[in-house]
Amino acid sequence: MFSFELLFNALVIGVLLGGFYAALSIGLSISFGLLDIVNIAHPAFIILGAFVCFFFNSSYGLDPILVGVISAPVFFLLGTLIYRIYYGSFEKTGAEALRGLAFFFGVMFIIEVILIICFGVDFQMVQAEYIDYKASFGVIDIPFRMFIPFVIAMVMTFGLQYFSSKTFFGRAMQAVAQDSLALRLMAIDPAKIKRIAFGLSLATCSIAGALLVIVIPIEPSVGRLYIGQVFAIVVLGGLGSQSGTLIAAMLLGMVESLITTFFGPSWSPAVAFSALIIVLAFKPTGILGRVGDTRG
Amino acid sequence: MKNFKLSFLSSSIAFLALTALTLFSAEVEAKKPIKIGFSMALTGGLAGGGKQALVSMEMWANDVNAKGGLLGRPVKLIYYDDQTNSKTVPGIYAKLLDVDKVDFVVSGYGTNLIAPAMPVVIQRDMVFMGLFGMNNNKKWKYDKYFQIMPSGPDPGVGFSKSWFDTVMSMRPKPKTIAFVAADAEFAKNLKEGAVTNAKRLGLKIVYNKNFKPGTPDFTPIIRAVNATKPDLFYVACYPPGSAGMTRAISEVGTKTKAFGGGMVGLQFSGIMKGLGPKLNGVLNYDFYVPEPNMKVYPGVRDLLKRYRKIAPSRKVDPLGYYIAPWSYAYLQVLGQAINAVGKIDHAAIAKHIHATEFTTVIGKVKFGKNGEWAKGRTLTVQWQNIKKKKDLQQFTQPGIRKIMAPFAFATGKVKSFNELR
Repeated sequence: MFSFELLFNALVIGVLLGGFYAALSIGLSISFGLLDIVNIAHPAFIILGAFVCFFFNSSYGLDPILVGVISAPVFFLLGTLIYRIYYGSFEKTGAEALRGLAFFFGVMFIIEVILIICFGVDFQMVQAEYIDYKASFGVIDIPFRMFIPFVIAMVMTFGLQYFSSKTFFGRAMQAVAQDSLALRLMAIDPAKIKRIAFGLSLATCSIAGALLVIVIPIEPSVGRLYIGQVFAIVVLGGLGSQSGTLIAAMLLGMVESLITTFFGPSWSPAVAFSALIIVLAFKPTGILGRVGDTRG
Repeated sequence: MKNFKLSFLSSSIAFLALTALTLFSAEVEAKKPIKIGFSMALTGGLAGGGKQALVSMEMWANDVNAKGGLLGRPVKLIYYDDQTNSKTVPGIYAKLLDVDKVDFVVSGYGTNLIAPAMPVVIQRDMVFMGLFGMNNNKKWKYDKYFQIMPSGPDPGVGFSKSWFDTVMSMRPKPKTIAFVAADAEFAKNLKEGAVTNAKRLGLKIVYNKNFKPGTPDFTPIIRAVNATKPDLFYVACYPPGSAGMTRAISEVGTKTKAFGGGMVGLQFSGIMKGLGPKLNGVLNYDFYVPEPNMKVYPGVRDLLKRYRKIAPSRKVDPLGYYIAPWSYAYLQVLGQAINAVGKIDHAAIAKHIHATEFTTVIGKVKFGKNGEWAKGRTLTVQWQNIKKKKDLQQFTQPGIRKIMAPFAFATGKVKSFNELR
């Protein structure tokens, strides 16, 4: 069944799929990777973002990505508020490990219930002209439904990478992850840094939600399908590394696409997660994880 | 003498009081509701169907109570959310039976959620009505199980029979077929039955794979299938997969003559509206469509009219074609059987259901030995003439989902997939 047409298209779709996975995971690479917050509700926040886009798209005809970008500051504020509660209730007292996890489980269910009350439980889709378009280059087709999320994922990833490595606040975020005590000794409040960083991670959910609703139909609990995947990508990429997250997402997307094309879709999760295990066996810190970081 | 009079008087008063108490208790017992318990997917992946089912089940209970109830007693529905999680189901049925002391149990929505309830109900030897279960009684052969989806006596094979009847009427006759199914119980059962049909008809299977739920992009699957050049492409999957597959085939294109088969979710309002003209040409199963030849379902039109008044406030599927008539009907069968037997006797009620042809909103219903429909009535419809995007109302009009089979109900002739694109 091998043909170069199949191979090239599988590679292209793998890259686009990887971009989509990166968009879903990039916020978690901040909250889980840098801040050590096991935000199990991350996919639920993405679904919340997706429903916000759906609402404005179906009611006012607004472009879902535009809505995702506009609502990102609101998600940022929501993130700072949630972190404030999390910090005050768990982290401050050192009880964040298990209770924090339970807290985010609770947040996930609350989001789902709110969405059910507001939107019902039916599957919903958005409309945008570009969703139906595709560009063809010889035998290779590029569906815009996947290409647009890919481009936005790239912008988000490189933007966050630039922000965390070149700006003062970005470096402060890295410092919190490395040694928050040292930060405290320099009269910087780690909780404040973490609050803003967590807000940032939730702001990405708003945009990721817009991308998700372009790619698949949504219902309030559909985020549960992606919990394992986004955590696996963040761990594989190396905790706290946005570039690593992107590479891991690309790897997963490529493996899935190639295996699906040539060996059948039922093999793709097994092969993708085998790749995860193999990488972690040889490099426990993940692809671009820091040496000495044993959290992964 | 005086003592005798007093004793007689007090005895008479005691007797009268006891009689009054007995009569009162009997009346209370008579007015005690008949409780029907079930689990239902009110959250999770199947909640779209589950909530739709619940609305029409409540409509049935209200209708029955307005006419005096069952056996002169009001009906009360007791239900719990199974979260579309099969692990919650045995506990829910145990609670319904042991704590809530329900008189009857019926199933929640879907094969995966009926299966875990079966052993609990069988252990209690109770009548069990099933809602859209695919071959759940195959292993148990339980004589008190009855299932309302009209797949026929051999549901796995019967479900796709009309699809194969349709495609084999195409000329030139198809010779090869590809199969893709979601990696889930219902979809795999459906595909297994379709493979049996394909083999019976001498079709060569050129592709046969499953995919994991949650797959976001289906273009690699469509390309892999296209590479095998099948004449027919049978797909069995749940709503996200159905939408994803339909989008992907629109992008990639295909030379197959027929695409579809067992795609759950294309009947749901949100997905129909979202996909719009991309549905043109898809050949899929259905149970009720607004076509002129649907007189065999005499009560559905009125039921859906009433359902659509309630649906917006309950935030459920606004059209309700897919499940509402069937969830109403499976309770109708149970209710009619209870009234006919005249008492709560599960063995007698099961015997009555086996022996009787029921008249319901979905027409005549007769069950076979294994509790499935004695004769199948699954429709094969082809989406045609969809012109508008984002327009749900067009799907309430005839001529959009034309019936291809069973041939007795046909309202159109099957066309090849690309002819309608």
